[in-house]
Amino acid sequence: MTLAAFFLETSRLVRLSSVDILIIIFYFALVLAIGFYLRGHAHTGEDFFMAGREMTAWVAGLSFLSANLGALELMGWAGSAYQYGILATHWYWVGAIPAMLFLALVMMPFYYISKTHSVPGYLKLRFGESSRALSAVSFAFMTVLMSGVNMFAMAKVMQIVLGWPLSFSIWISSLTVAIYVALGGLRSAIFNEVLQFFLIWAGALLIPILGLYEAGGWSNLKVLITQRASAEYVHLWSGLGHFSNNPMGINWVGIVFGLGAVISMGYWTTDFLVVQRILAAKDMRSAQLAPIIGAGFKMFVPIIVILPGLLGLGILPMKLSGEADALLHGGHSYNDVLPLMLARYCGPGLLGLGVTALIAGFMSGMAGNVSAFTTVWTYDIYRALINKDASDAHYVKMGRWTTVIGVLISVGTAYLVMRAASIMDYVQALFSFFIAPLFGTVLLGMLWKRATGPGGFWGLLCGTMTSIGMWAWVHADPSALRYVALSSEAKTMAQDMFQALWSFVVCVIVTVTVSLLTKPKPDAELEGLVYGLTPIPAEGPVSVLHKPVFWAAVVATIFVILNIIFW
Amino acid sequence: MAKKEISIWLFIGFALLVNGVLILGAGIYQYVNPPADKVVLFQLHAGIWWGGLLAAIGAIYCWYYSPGKEAARNQ
Repeated sequence: MTLAAFFLETSRLVRLSSVDILIIIFYFALVLAIGFYLRGHAHTGEDFFMAGREMTAWVAGLSFLSANLGALELMGWAGSAYQYGILATHWYWVGAIPAMLFLALVMMPFYYISKTHSVPGYLKLRFGESSRALSAVSFAFMTVLMSGVNMFAMAKVMQIVLGWPLSFSIWISSLTVAIYVALGGLRSAIFNEVLQFFLIWAGALLIPILGLYEAGGWSNLKVLITQRASAEYVHLWSGLGHFSNNPMGINWVGIVFGLGAVISMGYWTTDFLVVQRILAAKDMRSAQLAPIIGAGFKMFVPIIVILPGLLGLGILPMKLSGEADALLHGGHSYNDVLPLMLARYCGPGLLGLGVTALIAGFMSGMAGNVSAFTTVWTYDIYRALINKDASDAHYVKMGRWTTVIGVLISVGTAYLVMRAASIMDYVQALFSFFIAPLFGTVLLGMLWKRATGPGGFWGLLCGTMTSIGMWAWVHADPSALRYVALSSEAKTMAQDMFQALWSFVVCVIVTVTVSLLTKPKPDAELEGLVYGLTPIPAEGPVSVLHKPVFWAAVVATIFVILNIIFW
Repeated sequence: MAKKEISIWLFIGFALLVNGVLILGAGIYQYVNPPADKVVLFQLHAGIWWGGLLAAIGAIYCWYYSPGKEAARNQ
């Protein structure tokens, strides 16, 4: 079978034309070309792992957002919007914007001034080697596993949507990412992420435009959704008074404190996958502006993710269901809503660009995982624990090989998941165990100078164990969710929120208690790491339009207005 | 870093230009030879105006961030 015949004849949900294939091939050629071009710009460790710390605010900000804008994110949240309505938008607004602004205005100065290469690197400076080792090993391990799980899930999507064999999708995408990241390091990952950001918008924006046209505008769409589901599907906050008043089975406490104050803060401020992009900024002001730029765009991502799901709910003639039901009865699942909308409106060329958007989303997420893993492995595990005194060139070489090996481990994980799908749930759960307590540890480390090394280590460990314990408890006895979420009417979505909330609380309590019982670090050792002991460089005589705080206020105002409009 | 690099925005412009031209071409072909199996809202010919828009944005980026213009701006 020729390559063209392979693409053309095995389609399932959508059928690609020659021009679609040409667009996809052009995309792969371009990202590889960028990798080869940037090979000449990655000689030193600072170049390879930190992109030379010379990214502008726009490049760092768009890359910061793009690393999180994976294909599974696009398709999964479009499916969630179909299933739960506009409530899914919380993961883009209250579940992201405050955290991004907090990162920019409060936490970034400490990361940037400390000149750390990574989040575990900051923990080493602030709390000592044991906290770094715990954080680095768990992060590195989970990052490659998550990358493999995402790889498998994406290959599954490509099989369902396009009919491509699993191994074909896995190897083509992973080898491409391995080549361009190994060649150009973080700079190549960032450049491609910015490119992918534009392609994702170019490929996905047409769906909401045409969908709203077909639905007769937003007001008519709300009427259609109310008729087919219920009025609660088009309200962000009004149904969150009680667990039983909304399709998600969650209340405002879980959304505001679990999602907004802990999970999103943990993810956007301490997950090195996203923070690494900001650390590559060329100066402090760019490092602060980058998450604000990311937040500005993040607010509008629901247009290409949530709106297609809502349009599917209001317009599609067929009814979608959960994965299990879809398999049993042969229909489409919630997660198919985005490809279904793509196939509904997009003819030749547009379809290719839409599929490219999905592939680009997947590859940007994978490149983010791989480049973050490479840095943490090389600097926080290999250099810290195995080979302390090697040359810079040796660490760059190690970084290139780690990129390839990290991708191969991810591929291995993908094949493991292929044999035992339940591994996927475990890995995804495992990843969530570390985020909330890590936020507690880093936050106390930055804002409370009395926090000590043993306090940080035991807080992180106990918070993580709390999260694992609660997950295992509910896994063994699902009725235990009523105790974790404090309501017998709580549903699965509430578990993550409250589990994170409790693990954060435990982390903070243990850190504070142990710190008060142990000897504090001298102030001299905390300079540049803690609030009150870190001189923040003056911005100089810049206009208000160049001040991060001004743009943070603009983004915060739009965020509040949007929440009121869709209340 | 001693070596001067091509702007990322030029790569993005190039990607949008090539994709836009391909989509515009496919849209015009479909306009001239309408397929039997049409997508919903086919009558809007989205390929033509969306492809044209992407190509135009891409062309502007390519022109503005071309190495010659960049060098002139940096002098």
